[in-house]
Amino acid sequence: MSKENWFLIPFILLILLIPVSGSRFYVFLGTDILIFGLFAVSLNLLLGYTGLVSFGQAAYFGIGAYTCALLMKKASIVFPVAFVASAVFGAIAALIIGFFCVRLTKIYFAMLTLAFSQIVWAIAFKWNSLTGGDNGIIGVSFPQYLDSPTRFYYFTLGVVVCSFYILRKLINSPFGRMLTTIRENPERTEFIGINVRQFQLIAFMISGFFSAIAGALFGIFNHSIFPDFIFWTQSAEVLIMTLLGGMYSFFGPVVGAAVLLYLRMQVTSYTQYWPLILGTILTLLLFFFPGGIVGFLKSRLIFAKGSEDVNR
Amino acid sequence: MSLPDPSFFLIQSLNGLTYAMFLFLIASGLSLIFGVLRILNFAHGSLYMLGAYFTQQFVSLFIDAPGHFWWAVILASLTVALIGVVIERFFLRHLYTREELYQLLFTYALVLILSDFAKIIWGTGQFSVSRPAILKGAVSILDQYFPKYNIVIILLGPCIAFTFWFIILRTRWGRKIRAAALDREMLGSLGVNVSRLFTVVFFIGAWMAGLGGALVSPVSAIVPGMDVEIIINAFIVVVIGGLGSFWGTFLGSLIVGQVYALGILAFPKLSLAFIYVLMALVLILRPWGLLGRRLQR
Repeated sequence: MSKENWFLIPFILLILLIPVSGSRFYVFLGTDILIFGLFAVSLNLLLGYTGLVSFGQAAYFGIGAYTCALLMKKASIVFPVAFVASAVFGAIAALIIGFFCVRLTKIYFAMLTLAFSQIVWAIAFKWNSLTGGDNGIIGVSFPQYLDSPTRFYYFTLGVVVCSFYILRKLINSPFGRMLTTIRENPERTEFIGINVRQFQLIAFMISGFFSAIAGALFGIFNHSIFPDFIFWTQSAEVLIMTLLGGMYSFFGPVVGAAVLLYLRMQVTSYTQYWPLILGTILTLLLFFFPGGIVGFLKSRLIFAKGSEDVNR
Repeated sequence: MSLPDPSFFLIQSLNGLTYAMFLFLIASGLSLIFGVLRILNFAHGSLYMLGAYFTQQFVSLFIDAPGHFWWAVILASLTVALIGVVIERFFLRHLYTREELYQLLFTYALVLILSDFAKIIWGTGQFSVSRPAILKGAVSILDQYFPKYNIVIILLGPCIAFTFWFIILRTRWGRKIRAAALDREMLGSLGVNVSRLFTVVFFIGAWMAGLGGALVSPVSAIVPGMDVEIIINAFIVVVIGGLGSFWGTFLGSLIVGQVYALGILAFPKLSLAFIYVLMALVLILRPWGLLGRRLQR
């Protein structure tokens, strides 16, 4: 635990100092990574900690993005209120949807989350008068005090750090331990008198809450919102990020988001065949590094430590 | 809203039926693979797309030969089936013991790879295949015109369905396939080569997808993105009918086809959401589908 924290220090310095470099490119990339890092970690609360494969997490991301933008644009509500409201909306939507989803297991759970996210997508896609349909919402106006890449970067950093702090506290609490127990064996957890569905539902809701925060941030960052944010391929992408980084460590999904977004940025400037490369990376990952990047590094560290011990 | 002409309704319903037959071809392969291999194959839509692209390729190669369309359909669907075998033998096979998430994401990786594969070979342009000469033109039904080709598709669907039903219920291979769906370990210990059986099942499933893509090529534009569009509809079909259930898939295709065809007339804004609502409702009320078997595990 403490060892992991030592590793984090250079990263924290790097993250804090990105805007000092003065490069717009890295500030944008950094903001992107922070937002998707939060999205992936919120998904991982379900995936890695509770053992629920959600294939529709983009729904809450999209709900967050649309709620925040629509409240500001159509109802002229000030940004802080709209921002909080979007997170609450995400949580409420997740509560309603999760109520049905946690009754199912495995592939059926995944399919139902997919179905619900596609319902949300279809609504965003077809309700032209509210959401702008296929054209989305363009030109989301946001407050003056966030109107610079650096300021928005630090704002995002603040929100994401707070969210990580809360999520980490939650995961290390008795509640979080119970989620891990459920992941390991839902039947036995049920037998010792735990209401498994209730725990899963709460995890689902929290996950929706933080996904919506990520979505609200992304909507503002992107200045515009499209139904594509909610399409099922977006849910698949955040799953890939989580798996790429490693779903059995807290910061794994952030590493995954960082690697994937950085690679995409680099690769798309050379070739249009990014999906081909992503698919190949994913295949290699699934076959050779099932623990993701962080899982792989951790296992190497354990081996290195083991051999040191032997040498001594 | 004034009520449209009943004959228009009929034609629209027949269009829905045509679409249902394509969906059935794809979804039955998907359902077969899920029933036996327990893998939900996201790449099934990609195999369908490849079927369409290969057909277009073969049609333009054999343009002078008599009956070139049918040869192209057969060749294209078999090529797709062989690609399916390669996927199963070299990749999927190693993931059978892994968690569902890994299997799902691998098939998604295939979606990404195959879509770019198609773009590299055929570009991002749009292709179309002309209907075979004898099926050009339309017949008149209640003063409305309906293409001959679509009628053949509507008739072909049940024929293929019946052939499959016959194979699965009446032949030795079919019996093995059904046994593998129930208990693969027991089947293996009885001396059946389960691993070869799985390859055969994937071959048939991929062949159906390829056939669907090949037959759809004269009525629908061949474009990148047709893979992602069809796979979700195929998922809806198998979920509504019941994962792994043959007749369920047939019923699911008919329902989805009609909802699309008639729903667009009645509620153009709601039909897209309605189909997903239907999927969610079935999963909530009867997770094993309308005609599926309740799973014990």
